[in-house]
Amino acid sequence: MSSAANSPTALAESLLGGNRRALSRLISWAENGHPGFPAVLEAIYERVGRAWRVGVTGPPGAGKSTLVNELALQLRRAHDLQVGILAVDPSSPFTGGALLGDRIRMEELTADPGVYVRSMASRKSHGGMARAGVDACDVMDAFGIERILIETVGVGQAEYDVMGACDTVVVVMCPGAGDGIQAMKAGILEVADVLVVNKSDLPGADRLYADLVEAAHVRAARPMAAGHHGASARSASPEPEPDASGAWQVPVIQASAGRGEGIAGEASVLEAVANHRAYLEATGLDNARRQKRFAQVRRIVDEELDSRVWSRSDLEDRVLAALKAGSTSYDIARDLVVELIDGLVAQTPQEETA
Amino acid sequence: MSQAHTSESARQLWEAALEKSRTRDANFTTLSGTELKPMYAMEDARLDYDADLGYPGQFPFTRGVHPSMYRGRLWTMRQFAGFGTAAQTNERFRFLLANGQTGLSTAFDFPTLMGYDSDDDISLGEVGQVGVAISSLRDMETLFEGIPLGEVSTSMTINGPAPVMLAFYIACGERQGVDPAQLRGTIQNDILKEYQAQHAWLVPPEPALRMITDVMSYCATNVPQFNTISISGYHIREAGSTAAQELAFTLANGMDYVRRGIAAGMDVDDFAPRLSFFFDSHLDFFEEIAKFRAARRIWARKMRDVFGAKNPKSWMLRFHTQTAGVSLTAQQPENNIVRTAIEALAAVLGGTQSLHTNSMDETLSLPTEKAVKIALRTQQVIAEEHEVAHVADPLAGSFFVEAETNRLEADAEAYFKEIDSRGGVVACIDAGYIQREIHRSAVIYQRAIERGTKKVVGVNVYNEGEGKPEIDIHRNDKGVEAEQRERLSTLRSERDSAAATRELEAIRAACDNGDNLLERFVAAAHADCTLGEICGVLRDAFGKYKEPKIL
Amino acid sequence: MERKIRVLIAKPGLDGHDRGAKTVATVLRDHGMEVIYSGLHQTPEMIAEAALEEDVDVVGLSILSGAHMSLFPRIREELEKRDMKDVLLTGGGIIPEEDMAALEGDGFAKLFGPGTHTGEIAKWIQETMEARWAKENSDA
Repeated sequence: MSSAANSPTALAESLLGGNRRALSRLISWAENGHPGFPAVLEAIYERVGRAWRVGVTGPPGAGKSTLVNELALQLRRAHDLQVGILAVDPSSPFTGGALLGDRIRMEELTADPGVYVRSMASRKSHGGMARAGVDACDVMDAFGIERILIETVGVGQAEYDVMGACDTVVVVMCPGAGDGIQAMKAGILEVADVLVVNKSDLPGADRLYADLVEAAHVRAARPMAAGHHGASARSASPEPEPDASGAWQVPVIQASAGRGEGIAGEASVLEAVANHRAYLEATGLDNARRQKRFAQVRRIVDEELDSRVWSRSDLEDRVLAALKAGSTSYDIARDLVVELIDGLVAQTPQEETA
Repeated sequence: MSQAHTSESARQLWEAALEKSRTRDANFTTLSGTELKPMYAMEDARLDYDADLGYPGQFPFTRGVHPSMYRGRLWTMRQFAGFGTAAQTNERFRFLLANGQTGLSTAFDFPTLMGYDSDDDISLGEVGQVGVAISSLRDMETLFEGIPLGEVSTSMTINGPAPVMLAFYIACGERQGVDPAQLRGTIQNDILKEYQAQHAWLVPPEPALRMITDVMSYCATNVPQFNTISISGYHIREAGSTAAQELAFTLANGMDYVRRGIAAGMDVDDFAPRLSFFFDSHLDFFEEIAKFRAARRIWARKMRDVFGAKNPKSWMLRFHTQTAGVSLTAQQPENNIVRTAIEALAAVLGGTQSLHTNSMDETLSLPTEKAVKIALRTQQVIAEEHEVAHVADPLAGSFFVEAETNRLEADAEAYFKEIDSRGGVVACIDAGYIQREIHRSAVIYQRAIERGTKKVVGVNVYNEGEGKPEIDIHRNDKGVEAEQRERLSTLRSERDSAAATRELEAIRAACDNGDNLLERFVAAAHADCTLGEICGVLRDAFGKYKEPKIL
Repeated sequence: MERKIRVLIAKPGLDGHDRGAKTVATVLRDHGMEVIYSGLHQTPEMIAEAALEEDVDVVGLSILSGAHMSLFPRIREELEKRDMKDVLLTGGGIIPEEDMAALEGDGFAKLFGPGTHTGEIAKWIQETMEARWAKENSDA
């Protein structure tokens, strides 16, 4: 693309005009933290909000990609909806690279112009990945995509944060996948809106189903069902108001994505998602979404602060010198924080301190 | 074997001397990463002669499947061939037979291997490139023009659409006036390893396995001299597995076929004698010989003691071997003649029934006539000039070889246990376990070569820099695709379309009601249905296979 | 800005031999790249569409079936149709020298034959992309 076509204004226009190349390029901008991205988001923001964002997570081997593929096919064939898929895989902590192989299970979708499939690596910074994930969804949303399926492997903080930004979270498990529930990152089951027993034709499926039904009951019975998406160090959003119509009952769906079972129709994943949507719309969707945006604001602030603080070249040397001199980490950090906050205050113009 | 040990002090002296002596800067492992000892002695090779070795032609067949081995009959020299049109391959077949080849082996092009006609859109650019294009019975007849199917044994390397190709062969024989009961040969038809390694599949595992049992039962009655499956390790090995994995996964697949044959209602002795095998012969000379021996022993034990087969023919593991394609280099291609010769020798010392030797130019293109002749002569030199064919299982009793045979058997057993614990072969395929094991070994091997711990002459040692190889290479004829289009067009206009359609409908019905599909395929072949048309019906009925995520 | 080299490794046509493609994909990951593996039996349209959706910097094709002279140019055309002319096009497999030369003169930046050290491929991609990005930054 020529450099003129690469300006924020041009790309925003192109995106809203339905240009897939622009969509693709803007997601890269979001991923890379391109300085032009915030301007683009502002230009397209009024078109953001129509897409329903469904997170699909679970341990490796649960069949998530196959399930996502089937859900997408159904959304296309039965409802002719524009579908976007974001497939997130972990980056290697050693090399920083990643093998993104989810597309292999979504072949038919590549040929369908009504589906957009994008693979994303978690990269280094946890908050950064969640931010990029939300940004990518916003771009797809503004483009006109109506259903976004976000697939992550449910074992990392970053992935947990991405799930926290979804309207409906589907947690997929399958029999024989190691220790089942125990293997899942603590908290993932807490954020599930829909639980799925995939590969339900395999031995052990009934047992897993029973375990998950039990887990769902336990969660529903807890007096403070800690907010819709729980609380954590990274995505701490203030607790939502308790709703008037009662808490959402997490359904457990039996499916066999490889055989196309449990995808649509009665007692299916899509039905559960639709029900959850109806529930949220009845109990204050805007408020729920705002809480998630708050988490996004926090992430961006954290990332910005982090980069501003540690981009100062003298800081590392000072800290190392202080450590060498025998100060504890706490002492050093406390002094640093005080200095930074004083500095912030000192820079604040008078009008803003009202 | 006597139980006397070497005296302790002599061993200690040797060990001390070894410590003091220089060690070359080299890697003393097999390709598979197995550490080799500097020397093997009696204590390394524990075995019970009668239980573990026996005699050639006797359980457990470690020493060979025939009493006389090569004194009775040399292995079949069976060079894999195929390219372009049926007429062009027919010419190559006749060239090879005239030069002393004793059995035919057919290579098909990718459209054929994947069940598409030469004129399908998806076949564009691929027709006749890596093998011969066969879209119809007419093509099959041209392929075997002047070659009496009642007298020559033919191997066909095809898997997904194998039952259809076998039907074409049977129908072709019938048109030549040969009774199917007279047909001899092998159809590879080993779909499990396709999902694991070669990836030339058609439909998902369950319907594919049903078609295989259909082939087994049809042939048991009508084509009893034909080997219905060539249970293959070659492709698994070429995809990057270790020798132990090749052995284990192949035999695990074999056992799965046996289980399914029995589940389909056949007596194991009805079909087991016609199961055959196909192994790689790779660079590690002694490990390969041990692998072949271990394979025979394991299979015999499983067939008799686990599956309860009564016919000794069911216990015998007969196999074809191909020398390792991946061991060849594009750099200094003449060196490949040497590699192939050594690998061929290992196969002979390992007791193979049939052998294909690679041509030196195969990393560059399909073999030229000159190169394939040298490859054939390699086998003939081994057979005629060296005395290796005079004695059955000549390496028996070698401490090293027996130790390796034992080790490989144990490694394979460990894998069988693991596969069972994970729900069997098909479950392992669905979960990607076998594919990942193979990929992991492939990456380890690649790293070893790139780091230089595994030496490859011409690549990381004794290189001669960039430069075009100075040999002629085979170039495919550009007119093949056009010719095939015309042939198919003519066929479709000349045949009885109504009859062809009826046969395709009958196939669809059999897919649904469980009737024997091979029977329907033979009828469809005679009605001039094309390969693509028949496979199209199968894809519609059973769905297309989609590979799992491995990376 | 954190940029990673994004590579699509694809298997065009009916050839099912993926040992090389998977090995190269793994090695590129080991060199810090984000590698999307397309799987087998891809048509030129599927490859180009995936390249577009993933906004890749590099498309690497692997083929051992002799059909490269038919498939590779079609893939290049499909990329051009999608305004992806700038993607770095590379590949390898069983491709005779003359064909490599022909393809390198026709939109393919570089092709690699059998026996190529995979580190060489990674290095070439890294150096080429770094040079490109440096130029982009200085042009901007």
